[in-house]
Amino acid sequence: MKHMVIDIAVIGGGPAGMAAALEANRLGAKNVVILERDFALGGILPQCIHDGFGLLTYGKNMTGSGYAQKDIDEIKNTDIQVLLNTMVLEITEEKTIFACNSQDGIIEMQCGTIILAMGCRERTAGQIMLQGYRPQGVITAGSVQRYINIEGYLPGTKAVILGSGDIGLIMARRMTLEGIEVVGVYEVMPYPGGLTRNIVQCLEDFDIPLHLSHAVTNVNGKHSLEGLTVMELDGSGKPVAGTEVYIECDLLVLAVGLIPENELSSGVNVALDPKTKGPILDDDYMTSVSGIFAAGNVSVVFDLVDYVSQSGRIAANGAVKYINGQLPENPEFREVKCGGNINFVVPQRIKCSKEDKDITLFMRVKEPAQKAVLVCSGINGEISRKRHNAVVPPEMLSCSVCVPGSGDIEIGIKESVKKSVEKDIVECKEL
Amino acid sequence: MKKTFTCIVCPVSCRITVEAQGDEQNREQGEKPVEALQVSGNACKNGYHYAINEYTLPKRSITTTVAVKQGLLRRLPVVSDREIPKSKIMECMKALYTIEVAAPIKRGDIIAENICNTGANILASSDGASPDGAWHATY
Repeated sequence: MKHMVIDIAVIGGGPAGMAAALEANRLGAKNVVILERDFALGGILPQCIHDGFGLLTYGKNMTGSGYAQKDIDEIKNTDIQVLLNTMVLEITEEKTIFACNSQDGIIEMQCGTIILAMGCRERTAGQIMLQGYRPQGVITAGSVQRYINIEGYLPGTKAVILGSGDIGLIMARRMTLEGIEVVGVYEVMPYPGGLTRNIVQCLEDFDIPLHLSHAVTNVNGKHSLEGLTVMELDGSGKPVAGTEVYIECDLLVLAVGLIPENELSSGVNVALDPKTKGPILDDDYMTSVSGIFAAGNVSVVFDLVDYVSQSGRIAANGAVKYINGQLPENPEFREVKCGGNINFVVPQRIKCSKEDKDITLFMRVKEPAQKAVLVCSGINGEISRKRHNAVVPPEMLSCSVCVPGSGDIEIGIKESVKKSVEKDIVECKEL
Repeated sequence: MKKTFTCIVCPVSCRITVEAQGDEQNREQGEKPVEALQVSGNACKNGYHYAINEYTLPKRSITTTVAVKQGLLRRLPVVSDREIPKSKIMECMKALYTIEVAAPIKRGDIIAENICNTGANILASSDGASPDGAWHATY
Protein backbone atom coordinates (compact mmCIF):
# COMPACT_ATOMS: atom_id res chain seq x y z
CA MET A 1 0.00 0.00 0.00
CA LYS A 2 1.28 3.47 -0.89
CA HIS A 3 0.92 6.02 1.89
CA MET A 4 0.57 9.75 1.23
CA VAL A 5 -0.02 12.75 3.48
CA ILE A 6 -1.78 15.61 1.70
CA ASP A 7 -3.14 19.00 2.77
CA ILE A 8 -5.94 19.41 0.22
CA ALA A 9 -7.19 16.43 -1.81
CA VAL A 10 -9.54 17.21 -4.70
CA ILE A 11 -11.57 14.24 -5.91
CA GLY A 12 -12.34 14.84 -9.59
CA GLY A 13 -10.27 16.67 -12.22
CA GLY A 14 -13.09 18.35 -14.12
CA PRO A 15 -13.73 22.12 -14.17
CA ALA A 16 -14.81 22.22 -10.51
CA GLY A 17 -11.82 20.22 -9.27
CA MET A 18 -9.32 22.09 -11.45
CA ALA A 19 -10.66 25.50 -10.38
CA ALA A 20 -10.54 24.40 -6.73
CA ALA A 21 -6.95 23.12 -6.98
CA LEU A 22 -5.80 26.27 -8.84
CA GLU A 23 -7.45 28.56 -6.28
CA ALA A 24 -5.97 26.61 -3.36
CA ASN A 25 -2.58 26.88 -5.01
CA ARG A 26 -3.08 30.60 -5.61
CA LEU A 27 -3.92 31.04 -1.92
CA GLY A 28 -0.61 29.46 -0.98
CA ALA A 29 -1.62 25.87 -0.18
CA LYS A 30 1.39 23.70 -0.83
CA ASN A 31 0.41 20.05 -0.74
CA VAL A 32 -2.54 19.83 -3.17
CA VAL A 33 -3.47 16.72 -5.15
CA ILE A 34 -6.16 16.02 -7.78
CA LEU A 35 -7.34 12.40 -8.04
CA GLU A 36 -8.91 11.72 -11.45
CA ARG A 37 -10.28 8.36 -12.64
CA ASP A 38 -9.88 9.13 -16.35
CA PHE A 39 -6.61 9.07 -18.30
CA ALA A 40 -6.51 12.89 -18.58
CA LEU A 41 -7.81 15.96 -16.74
CA GLY A 42 -10.89 17.85 -17.93
CA GLY A 43 -13.80 15.83 -16.63
CA ILE A 44 -16.69 15.99 -19.07
CA LEU A 45 -15.27 19.04 -20.89
CA PRO A 46 -12.94 17.34 -23.41
CA GLN A 47 -15.94 15.76 -25.08
CA CYS A 48 -17.88 19.05 -25.05
CA ILE A 49 -16.46 20.26 -28.33
CA HIS A 50 -19.28 22.81 -28.86
CA ASP A 51 -19.00 26.46 -27.81
CA GLY A 52 -20.81 28.59 -25.25
CA PHE A 53 -18.23 28.18 -22.47
CA GLY A 54 -16.23 30.87 -20.71
CA LEU A 55 -18.40 33.91 -21.49
CA LEU A 56 -18.56 34.95 -17.84
CA THR A 57 -15.09 33.79 -16.78
CA TYR A 58 -13.05 35.10 -19.71
CA GLY A 59 -15.49 37.22 -21.73
CA LYS A 60 -14.85 34.86 -24.63
CA ASN A 61 -17.02 32.25 -26.31
CA MET A 62 -14.92 29.08 -26.04
CA THR A 63 -15.42 25.40 -26.66
CA GLY A 64 -15.67 23.12 -23.62
CA SER A 65 -12.45 21.40 -24.63
CA GLY A 66 -10.71 24.78 -24.96
CA TYR A 67 -11.96 25.88 -21.54
CA ALA A 68 -10.56 22.68 -19.98
CA GLN A 69 -7.24 23.08 -21.82
CA LYS A 70 -6.80 26.56 -20.32
CA ASP A 71 -7.11 25.13 -16.78
CA ILE A 72 -4.84 22.19 -17.63
CA ASP A 73 -2.14 24.54 -18.97
CA GLU A 74 -2.32 26.58 -15.76
CA ILE A 75 -2.08 23.47 -13.58
CA LYS A 76 1.04 22.38 -15.49
CA ASN A 77 2.72 25.57 -14.24
CA THR A 78 2.07 24.80 -10.57
CA ASP A 79 3.23 22.10 -8.19
CA ILE A 80 -0.29 20.66 -7.91
CA GLN A 81 0.05 16.87 -7.95
CA VAL A 82 -2.17 14.98 -10.37
CA LEU A 83 -2.98 11.27 -10.07
CA LEU A 84 -4.60 10.02 -13.28
CA ASN A 85 -6.37 6.71 -13.96
CA THR A 86 -6.86 6.72 -10.19
CA MET A 87 -10.18 5.61 -8.72
CA VAL A 88 -11.17 6.71 -5.21
CA LEU A 89 -12.73 3.71 -3.48
CA GLU A 90 -13.68 5.16 -0.12
CA ILE A 91 -13.31 8.22 2.08
CA THR A 92 -13.61 8.33 5.86
CA GLU A 93 -14.78 10.94 8.37
CA GLU A 94 -11.17 11.29 9.49
CA LYS A 95 -10.50 12.42 5.92
CA THR A 96 -8.55 9.37 4.80
CA ILE A 97 -8.90 8.50 1.13
CA PHE A 98 -8.47 4.97 -0.20
CA ALA A 99 -7.77 4.99 -3.93
CA CYS A 100 -6.15 2.72 -6.49
CA ASN A 101 -4.45 2.69 -9.88
CA SER A 102 -2.43 0.08 -11.72
CA GLN A 103 0.87 1.87 -11.13
CA ASP A 104 0.73 2.37 -7.34
CA GLY A 105 -1.82 -0.29 -6.40
CA ILE A 106 -3.80 0.75 -3.34
CA ILE A 107 -3.15 4.26 -2.03
CA GLU A 108 -3.95 5.37 1.52
CA MET A 109 -4.00 9.17 1.64
CA GLN A 110 -4.32 11.12 4.88
CA CYS A 111 -5.77 14.51 4.09
CA GLY A 112 -6.11 17.79 5.92
CA THR A 113 -9.25 18.46 3.92
CA ILE A 114 -11.14 16.93 0.99
CA ILE A 115 -12.97 18.72 -1.82
CA LEU A 116 -15.58 16.52 -3.54
CA ALA A 117 -15.83 17.35 -7.26
CA MET A 118 -17.05 14.11 -8.82
CA GLY A 119 -19.65 15.63 -11.10
CA CYS A 120 -22.70 13.70 -12.31
CA ARG A 121 -23.74 10.49 -13.95
CA GLU A 122 -26.56 10.17 -16.48
CA ARG A 123 -29.97 8.67 -15.79
CA THR A 124 -30.19 5.23 -17.40
CA ALA A 125 -32.74 3.17 -19.35
CA GLY A 126 -33.38 1.07 -16.26
CA GLN A 127 -34.06 4.12 -14.13
CA ILE A 128 -36.75 5.40 -16.49
CA MET A 129 -38.15 1.86 -16.74
CA LEU A 130 -37.83 1.72 -20.51
CA GLN A 131 -40.03 -1.14 -21.67
CA GLY A 132 -39.21 -3.89 -24.15
CA TYR A 133 -36.01 -5.71 -24.99
CA ARG A 134 -32.57 -4.58 -23.85
CA PRO A 135 -30.60 -4.60 -27.09
CA GLN A 136 -27.31 -2.98 -27.97
CA GLY A 137 -27.99 0.51 -29.36
CA VAL A 138 -29.67 2.18 -26.37
CA ILE A 139 -27.07 4.68 -25.16
CA THR A 140 -27.07 7.78 -22.97
CA ALA A 141 -26.36 11.09 -24.74
CA GLY A 142 -23.09 11.65 -22.88
CA SER A 143 -21.85 8.21 -23.91
CA VAL A 144 -22.75 8.89 -27.55
CA GLN A 145 -20.85 12.17 -27.22
CA ARG A 146 -17.82 10.32 -25.89
CA TYR A 147 -17.97 7.71 -28.65
CA ILE A 148 -18.14 10.31 -31.41
CA ASN A 149 -15.88 13.05 -30.08
CA ILE A 150 -13.23 11.19 -28.11
CA GLU A 151 -13.17 7.55 -29.23
CA GLY A 152 -13.93 8.33 -32.89
CA TYR A 153 -16.85 5.94 -33.48
CA LEU A 154 -20.35 6.50 -34.84
CA PRO A 155 -22.63 4.34 -32.66
CA GLY A 156 -25.44 4.10 -35.21
CA THR A 157 -26.86 5.31 -38.50
CA LYS A 158 -30.41 6.34 -37.64
CA ALA A 159 -31.24 7.77 -34.24
CA VAL A 160 -34.17 8.72 -32.05
CA ILE A 161 -33.48 11.04 -29.10
CA LEU A 162 -35.50 10.72 -25.91
CA GLY A 163 -35.38 13.89 -23.81
CA SER A 164 -35.04 17.52 -24.89
CA GLY A 165 -32.51 18.68 -22.32
CA ASP A 166 -29.44 20.48 -23.61
CA ILE A 167 -27.32 17.32 -23.98
CA GLY A 168 -29.97 15.73 -26.18
CA LEU A 169 -30.25 18.85 -28.33
CA ILE A 170 -26.47 19.26 -28.68
CA MET A 171 -26.16 15.62 -29.77
CA ALA A 172 -28.99 16.04 -32.31
CA ARG A 173 -26.81 18.58 -34.09
CA ARG A 174 -23.56 16.65 -33.59
CA MET A 175 -24.96 13.41 -34.97
CA THR A 176 -26.49 15.19 -37.96
CA LEU A 177 -23.18 16.85 -38.81
CA GLU A 178 -21.44 13.46 -38.71
CA GLY A 179 -23.99 11.81 -40.98
CA ILE A 180 -26.27 10.03 -38.51
CA GLU A 181 -29.92 10.55 -39.44
CA VAL A 182 -31.84 11.99 -36.49
CA VAL A 183 -35.52 11.07 -36.83
CA GLY A 184 -36.69 13.35 -34.03
CA VAL A 185 -36.48 14.42 -30.41
CA TYR A 186 -39.20 13.08 -28.11
CA GLU A 187 -39.94 14.80 -24.81
CA VAL A 188 -42.39 13.60 -22.14
CA MET A 189 -43.07 17.10 -20.80
CA PRO A 190 -45.27 19.61 -22.66
CA TYR A 191 -42.31 22.04 -22.87
CA PRO A 192 -38.67 21.60 -23.87
CA GLY A 193 -36.03 20.94 -21.21
CA GLY A 194 -33.15 22.80 -22.84
CA LEU A 195 -32.35 26.37 -23.78
CA THR A 196 -34.17 28.06 -26.67
CA ARG A 197 -30.74 28.77 -28.20
CA ASN A 198 -30.25 25.03 -28.58
CA ILE A 199 -33.79 24.40 -29.89
CA VAL A 200 -33.00 26.94 -32.63
CA GLN A 201 -29.38 26.01 -33.44
CA CYS A 202 -29.61 22.24 -32.94
CA LEU A 203 -33.12 21.36 -34.11
CA GLU A 204 -34.59 24.17 -36.23
CA ASP A 205 -31.34 24.66 -38.17
CA PHE A 206 -31.49 21.01 -39.29
CA ASP A 207 -35.28 20.58 -39.56
CA ILE A 208 -35.25 18.00 -36.77
CA PRO A 209 -38.77 17.75 -35.32
CA LEU A 210 -39.43 18.13 -31.60
CA HIS A 211 -42.37 16.07 -30.32
CA LEU A 212 -43.54 17.29 -26.91
CA SER A 213 -45.68 15.13 -24.61
CA HIS A 214 -44.34 11.94 -26.18
CA ALA A 215 -42.66 8.88 -24.71
CA VAL A 216 -40.88 5.77 -25.96
CA THR A 217 -43.18 2.96 -24.85
CA ASN A 218 -41.40 -0.06 -26.31
CA VAL A 219 -37.92 -0.99 -27.49
CA ASN A 220 -37.65 -3.70 -30.15
CA GLY A 221 -34.69 -5.88 -31.14
CA LYS A 222 -33.27 -8.82 -29.23
CA HIS A 223 -29.54 -8.26 -29.71
CA SER A 224 -29.37 -5.00 -31.63
CA LEU A 225 -31.91 -2.20 -31.66
CA GLU A 226 -34.24 -2.55 -34.65
CA GLY A 227 -36.93 -0.03 -33.81
CA LEU A 228 -39.09 1.50 -31.13
CA THR A 229 -42.61 2.69 -30.46
CA VAL A 230 -43.45 6.26 -29.48
CA MET A 231 -46.82 7.41 -28.14
CA GLU A 232 -48.42 10.69 -27.28
CA LEU A 233 -49.08 11.38 -23.59
CA ASP A 234 -52.21 12.93 -22.12
CA GLY A 235 -52.34 15.73 -19.55
CA SER A 236 -51.52 13.36 -16.70
CA GLY A 237 -48.62 11.69 -18.51
CA LYS A 238 -50.42 8.53 -19.61
CA PRO A 239 -49.98 7.13 -23.14
CA VAL A 240 -52.98 7.82 -25.36
CA ALA A 241 -54.29 4.63 -27.00
CA GLY A 242 -54.13 4.66 -30.76
CA THR A 243 -51.21 7.11 -31.02
CA GLU A 244 -48.56 4.39 -31.40
CA VAL A 245 -45.97 5.10 -34.08
CA TYR A 246 -43.25 2.53 -34.84
CA ILE A 247 -39.91 4.01 -35.84
CA GLU A 248 -37.17 1.89 -37.38
CA CYS A 249 -33.80 2.94 -36.00
CA ASP A 250 -30.54 1.50 -34.68
CA LEU A 251 -29.75 4.08 -32.01
CA LEU A 252 -31.86 5.34 -29.11
CA VAL A 253 -30.16 8.27 -27.38
CA LEU A 254 -31.27 8.85 -23.78
CA ALA A 255 -31.03 12.45 -22.56
CA VAL A 256 -33.22 12.00 -19.52
CA GLY A 257 -31.42 13.73 -16.70
CA LEU A 258 -28.21 14.08 -14.72
CA ILE A 259 -27.71 12.76 -11.20
CA PRO A 260 -24.97 14.11 -8.94
CA GLU A 261 -22.50 11.31 -8.25
CA ASN A 262 -22.57 11.05 -4.44
CA GLU A 263 -21.64 7.42 -3.76
CA LEU A 264 -18.47 8.51 -1.94
CA SER A 265 -20.35 11.25 -0.07
CA SER A 266 -23.04 8.83 1.15
CA GLY A 267 -20.32 6.44 2.29
CA VAL A 268 -19.09 9.04 4.77
CA ASN A 269 -22.63 10.10 5.80
CA VAL A 270 -22.57 13.52 4.19
CA ALA A 271 -26.12 14.91 4.50
CA LEU A 272 -27.75 15.24 1.05
CA ASP A 273 -30.44 17.71 -0.06
CA PRO A 274 -33.24 15.78 -1.85
CA LYS A 275 -33.91 18.82 -4.04
CA THR A 276 -30.37 19.23 -5.37
CA LYS A 277 -29.41 15.52 -4.90
CA GLY A 278 -26.10 16.88 -3.63
CA PRO A 279 -24.57 17.61 -0.22
CA ILE A 280 -26.12 20.31 1.98
CA LEU A 281 -23.58 23.13 1.83
CA ASP A 282 -22.76 26.13 3.97
CA ASP A 283 -21.42 29.47 2.74
CA ASP A 284 -17.88 27.98 2.47
CA TYR A 285 -19.30 25.01 0.55
CA MET A 286 -18.47 22.72 3.44
CA THR A 287 -20.70 19.67 3.80
CA SER A 288 -22.18 18.36 7.05
CA VAL A 289 -18.90 16.50 7.68
CA SER A 290 -16.23 18.79 9.11
CA GLY A 291 -13.43 19.46 6.63
CA ILE A 292 -15.16 17.88 3.63
CA PHE A 293 -16.19 20.39 0.97
CA ALA A 294 -18.05 20.01 -2.33
CA ALA A 295 -18.08 21.92 -5.62
CA GLY A 296 -19.49 21.66 -9.13
CA ASN A 297 -22.10 19.24 -10.41
CA VAL A 298 -21.69 16.84 -7.47
CA SER A 299 -23.38 19.48 -5.31
CA VAL A 300 -26.07 20.59 -7.81
CA VAL A 301 -26.44 20.27 -11.57
CA PHE A 302 -25.21 23.55 -13.06
CA ASP A 303 -25.65 24.69 -16.66
CA LEU A 304 -22.81 27.22 -17.00
CA VAL A 305 -19.26 25.99 -16.56
CA ASP A 306 -18.37 29.50 -15.38
CA TYR A 307 -20.52 28.98 -12.29
CA VAL A 308 -18.97 25.52 -11.78
CA SER A 309 -15.49 27.06 -11.72
CA GLN A 310 -16.73 29.75 -9.34
CA SER A 311 -18.09 27.07 -6.99
CA GLY A 312 -14.69 25.34 -7.08
CA ARG A 313 -13.00 28.56 -6.03
CA ILE A 314 -15.49 29.11 -3.18
CA ALA A 315 -14.85 25.57 -1.87
CA ALA A 316 -11.08 26.07 -2.14
CA ASN A 317 -11.29 29.29 -0.14
CA GLY A 318 -13.18 27.37 2.53
CA ALA A 319 -10.73 24.46 2.47
CA VAL A 320 -7.70 26.73 2.87
CA LYS A 321 -9.37 28.57 5.77
CA TYR A 322 -10.14 25.17 7.32
CA ILE A 323 -6.58 23.84 7.25
CA ASN A 324 -5.35 27.18 8.60
CA GLY A 325 -7.73 26.80 11.54
CA GLN A 326 -9.70 29.90 10.53
CA LEU A 327 -13.15 28.29 10.46
CA PRO A 328 -15.22 28.01 13.68
CA GLU A 329 -15.26 24.54 15.29
CA ASN A 330 -18.99 24.05 15.94
CA PRO A 331 -20.70 26.94 14.19
CA GLU A 332 -24.34 27.92 14.43
CA PHE A 333 -26.19 27.99 11.13
CA ARG A 334 -29.17 29.81 9.69
CA GLU A 335 -31.15 28.61 6.71
CA VAL A 336 -31.43 29.93 3.19
CA LYS A 337 -35.12 29.50 2.40
CA CYS A 338 -36.68 29.10 -1.03
CA GLY A 339 -39.32 31.78 -1.56
CA GLY A 340 -41.86 32.12 -4.37
CA ASN A 341 -41.12 30.10 -7.55
CA ILE A 342 -37.66 29.02 -6.34
CA ASN A 343 -37.01 25.28 -6.70
CA PHE A 344 -33.75 25.09 -4.75
CA VAL A 345 -30.88 27.28 -3.65
CA VAL A 346 -27.19 26.59 -2.95
CA PRO A 347 -25.78 27.01 -0.34
CA GLN A 348 -28.60 25.77 1.84
CA ARG A 349 -27.27 27.31 5.07
CA ILE A 350 -24.95 30.05 6.23
CA LYS A 351 -22.76 30.18 9.32
CA CYS A 352 -23.71 32.83 11.86
CA SER A 353 -21.08 35.50 12.31
CA LYS A 354 -20.51 38.78 14.12
CA GLU A 355 -20.35 40.84 10.94
CA ASP A 356 -22.16 40.93 7.62
CA LYS A 357 -20.78 38.61 4.96
CA ASP A 358 -20.73 38.40 1.16
CA ILE A 359 -22.19 35.22 -0.28
CA THR A 360 -23.12 33.98 -3.75
CA LEU A 361 -26.38 32.07 -4.16
CA PHE A 362 -27.18 29.76 -7.09
CA MET A 363 -30.81 28.80 -7.73
CA ARG A 364 -33.40 27.67 -10.28
CA VAL A 365 -37.02 28.74 -10.71
CA LYS A 366 -39.82 26.18 -10.77
CA GLU A 367 -41.76 27.79 -13.61
CA PRO A 368 -40.96 30.23 -16.41
CA ALA A 369 -41.87 33.85 -15.67
CA GLN A 370 -41.39 37.24 -17.29
CA LYS A 371 -40.54 40.59 -15.72
CA ALA A 372 -39.49 38.69 -12.61
CA VAL A 373 -38.11 40.48 -9.59
CA LEU A 374 -35.69 38.36 -7.55
CA VAL A 375 -35.74 39.51 -3.93
CA CYS A 376 -33.38 38.50 -1.14
CA SER A 377 -34.52 39.26 2.41
CA GLY A 378 -33.10 38.76 5.87
CA ILE A 379 -33.86 39.46 9.48
CA ASN A 380 -33.66 43.22 8.94
CA GLY A 381 -35.86 43.23 5.84
CA GLU A 382 -35.10 43.36 2.13
CA ILE A 383 -31.40 43.00 1.24
CA SER A 384 -31.46 43.15 -2.56
CA ARG A 385 -33.79 43.06 -5.53
CA LYS A 386 -33.03 42.47 -9.18
CA ARG A 387 -35.31 42.52 -12.19
CA HIS A 388 -34.96 39.82 -14.84
CA ASN A 389 -36.62 40.12 -18.25
CA ALA A 390 -37.40 36.42 -18.11
CA VAL A 391 -36.49 33.47 -15.91
CA VAL A 392 -36.74 29.84 -17.03
CA PRO A 393 -35.92 26.55 -15.23
CA PRO A 394 -33.11 25.52 -17.63
CA GLU A 395 -31.19 28.71 -16.80
CA MET A 396 -29.67 28.81 -13.33
CA LEU A 397 -29.67 32.20 -11.60
CA SER A 398 -26.84 33.63 -9.56
CA CYS A 399 -27.21 36.29 -6.88
CA SER A 400 -24.40 37.90 -4.88
CA VAL A 401 -25.54 39.53 -1.67
CA CYS A 402 -24.17 40.87 1.56
CA VAL A 403 -26.17 39.26 4.37
CA PRO A 404 -26.38 40.20 8.05
CA GLY A 405 -24.48 38.04 10.55
CA SER A 406 -27.52 36.19 11.82
CA GLY A 407 -31.09 35.28 10.95
CA ASP A 408 -32.57 33.21 8.13
CA ILE A 409 -32.31 34.41 4.55
CA GLU A 410 -35.07 34.04 1.98
CA ILE A 411 -34.70 34.34 -1.78
CA GLY A 412 -37.74 34.38 -4.01
CA ILE A 413 -39.48 35.82 -7.06
CA LYS A 414 -41.76 38.54 -5.70
CA GLU A 415 -43.46 40.00 -8.76
CA SER A 416 -43.68 38.54 -12.22
CA VAL A 417 -45.85 37.89 -15.23
CA LYS A 418 -46.31 34.17 -15.71
CA LYS A 419 -44.79 33.05 -19.00
CA SER A 420 -47.52 31.40 -21.02
CA VAL A 421 -46.75 27.70 -21.36
CA GLU A 422 -49.47 27.34 -24.00
CA LYS A 423 -47.69 29.95 -26.12
CA ASP A 424 -44.52 27.84 -25.89
CA ILE A 425 -46.36 24.70 -26.98
CA VAL A 426 -47.76 26.42 -30.05
CA GLU A 427 -44.30 27.72 -30.90
CA CYS A 428 -42.79 24.26 -30.66
CA LYS A 429 -45.49 22.74 -32.85
CA GLU A 430 -44.47 25.24 -35.49
CA LEU A 431 -40.98 23.71 -35.66
CA MET B 1 -40.89 36.70 -48.19
CA LYS B 2 -41.96 36.49 -44.55
CA LYS B 3 -39.94 34.54 -41.98
CA THR B 4 -40.35 34.00 -38.25
CA PHE B 5 -37.50 33.41 -35.82
CA THR B 6 -37.18 32.58 -32.13
CA CYS B 7 -34.69 35.08 -30.72
CA ILE B 8 -31.92 33.51 -28.65
CA VAL B 9 -30.39 36.65 -27.14
CA CYS B 10 -32.21 36.38 -23.80
CA PRO B 11 -34.64 33.93 -22.13
CA VAL B 12 -37.74 35.91 -23.18
CA SER B 13 -37.28 34.20 -26.58
CA CYS B 14 -39.46 36.61 -28.56
CA ARG B 15 -40.99 35.28 -31.75
CA ILE B 16 -39.90 37.86 -34.32
CA THR B 17 -41.27 38.16 -37.85
CA VAL B 18 -39.29 39.75 -40.67
CA GLU B 19 -40.95 40.74 -43.93
CA ALA B 20 -39.74 42.52 -47.03
CA GLN B 21 -41.75 45.63 -47.92
CA GLY B 22 -43.11 46.81 -51.28
CA ASP B 23 -41.27 45.95 -54.51
CA GLU B 24 -38.17 44.94 -52.55
CA GLN B 25 -39.95 41.58 -52.25
CA ASN B 26 -38.88 40.69 -55.76
CA ARG B 27 -35.19 40.98 -55.09
CA GLU B 28 -33.33 37.88 -53.98
CA GLN B 29 -33.04 37.33 -50.27
CA GLY B 30 -29.72 38.51 -48.95
CA GLU B 31 -29.63 41.54 -51.18
CA LYS B 32 -32.33 43.50 -49.44
CA PRO B 33 -31.16 46.67 -47.74
CA VAL B 34 -31.97 46.75 -44.03
CA GLU B 35 -34.43 49.68 -44.34
CA ALA B 36 -36.71 47.70 -46.63
CA LEU B 37 -37.39 45.02 -44.02
CA GLN B 38 -40.24 45.17 -41.55
CA VAL B 39 -39.48 43.61 -38.17
CA SER B 40 -42.15 42.88 -35.55
CA GLY B 41 -42.47 40.91 -32.32
CA ASN B 42 -39.18 41.95 -30.72
CA ALA B 43 -39.18 43.44 -27.24
CA CYS B 44 -35.79 45.15 -27.68
CA LYS B 45 -33.10 46.26 -30.12
CA ASN B 46 -31.04 43.10 -29.62
CA GLY B 47 -33.90 41.06 -31.04
CA TYR B 48 -34.22 43.46 -33.98
CA HIS B 49 -30.57 42.96 -34.94
CA TYR B 50 -30.72 39.21 -34.35
CA ALA B 51 -33.75 38.83 -36.62
CA ILE B 52 -32.28 41.01 -39.39
CA ASN B 53 -29.11 38.90 -39.37
CA GLU B 54 -31.04 35.64 -39.41
CA TYR B 55 -33.16 36.86 -42.30
CA THR B 56 -30.43 38.27 -44.52
CA LEU B 57 -27.38 36.13 -43.79
CA PRO B 58 -27.61 33.62 -40.93
CA LYS B 59 -24.20 32.60 -39.64
CA ARG B 60 -23.02 29.88 -37.28
CA SER B 61 -19.71 28.78 -35.82
CA ILE B 62 -18.49 25.28 -36.66
CA THR B 63 -17.32 22.89 -33.97
CA THR B 64 -16.37 19.35 -34.90
CA THR B 65 -13.49 16.87 -34.72
CA VAL B 66 -10.83 15.93 -37.28
CA ALA B 67 -8.74 12.80 -37.55
CA VAL B 68 -5.43 12.91 -35.73
CA LYS B 69 -2.53 10.46 -35.83
CA GLN B 70 0.34 9.82 -33.44
CA GLY B 71 -1.80 10.96 -30.56
CA LEU B 72 -3.34 8.92 -27.78
CA LEU B 73 -6.77 9.33 -29.37
CA ARG B 74 -8.10 9.31 -32.92
CA ARG B 75 -9.99 12.64 -32.89
CA LEU B 76 -9.01 16.26 -32.28
CA PRO B 77 -11.72 18.85 -31.48
CA VAL B 78 -11.62 21.91 -33.74
CA VAL B 79 -13.51 25.22 -33.93
CA SER B 80 -13.89 27.99 -36.50
CA ASP B 81 -12.37 31.32 -35.46
CA ARG B 82 -15.43 33.21 -36.67
CA GLU B 83 -18.98 32.43 -37.78
CA ILE B 84 -19.60 31.24 -41.32
CA PRO B 85 -22.74 31.40 -43.48
CA LYS B 86 -25.17 28.69 -42.41
CA SER B 87 -25.53 27.58 -46.04
CA LYS B 88 -21.83 26.63 -46.17
CA ILE B 89 -21.76 24.42 -43.07
CA MET B 90 -22.12 21.01 -44.76
CA GLU B 91 -19.57 21.95 -47.43
CA CYS B 92 -17.06 22.84 -44.69
CA MET B 93 -17.87 19.65 -42.78
CA LYS B 94 -17.15 17.58 -45.92
CA ALA B 95 -13.82 19.37 -46.33
CA LEU B 96 -12.95 18.66 -42.69
CA TYR B 97 -13.77 14.95 -43.08
CA THR B 98 -10.75 14.68 -45.37
CA ILE B 99 -8.24 16.35 -43.06
CA GLU B 100 -5.82 14.40 -40.89
CA VAL B 101 -3.39 16.16 -38.58
CA ALA B 102 -0.42 14.78 -36.66
CA ALA B 103 0.15 15.15 -32.92
CA PRO B 104 1.58 17.01 -31.06
CA ILE B 105 -0.97 19.83 -31.40
CA LYS B 106 -1.51 22.92 -29.29
CA ARG B 107 -4.78 24.72 -28.61
CA GLY B 108 -5.09 27.46 -31.24
CA ASP B 109 -2.98 25.77 -33.95
CA ILE B 110 -4.41 26.44 -37.41
CA ILE B 111 -5.79 23.21 -38.86
CA ALA B 112 -7.25 24.69 -42.05
CA GLU B 113 -7.03 28.21 -43.44
CA ASN B 114 -9.94 30.04 -45.06
CA ILE B 115 -12.10 26.94 -45.10
CA CYS B 116 -14.19 26.73 -48.31
CA ASN B 117 -13.44 30.40 -49.00
CA THR B 118 -15.48 31.61 -46.05
CA GLY B 119 -12.61 33.62 -44.58
CA ALA B 120 -12.77 31.51 -41.42
CA ASN B 121 -9.84 29.49 -40.16
CA ILE B 122 -10.30 26.19 -38.35
CA LEU B 123 -8.30 26.00 -35.11
CA ALA B 124 -7.48 23.21 -32.69
CA SER B 125 -9.80 23.61 -29.64
CA SER B 126 -7.39 21.89 -27.30
CA ASP B 127 -4.13 19.96 -27.31
CA GLY B 128 -6.20 16.86 -27.89
CA ALA B 129 -4.50 13.78 -26.52
CA SER B 130 -1.04 14.70 -27.61
CA PRO B 131 1.28 12.39 -25.72
CA ASP B 132 2.68 14.56 -22.96
CA GLY B 133 4.38 12.45 -20.35
CA ALA B 134 2.64 12.46 -16.99
CA TRP B 135 -0.29 14.52 -18.24
CA HIS B 136 -1.84 11.59 -20.03
CA ALA B 137 -1.63 8.32 -18.16
CA THR B 138 -0.90 5.32 -20.29
CA TYR B 139 -0.98 2.84 -17.41
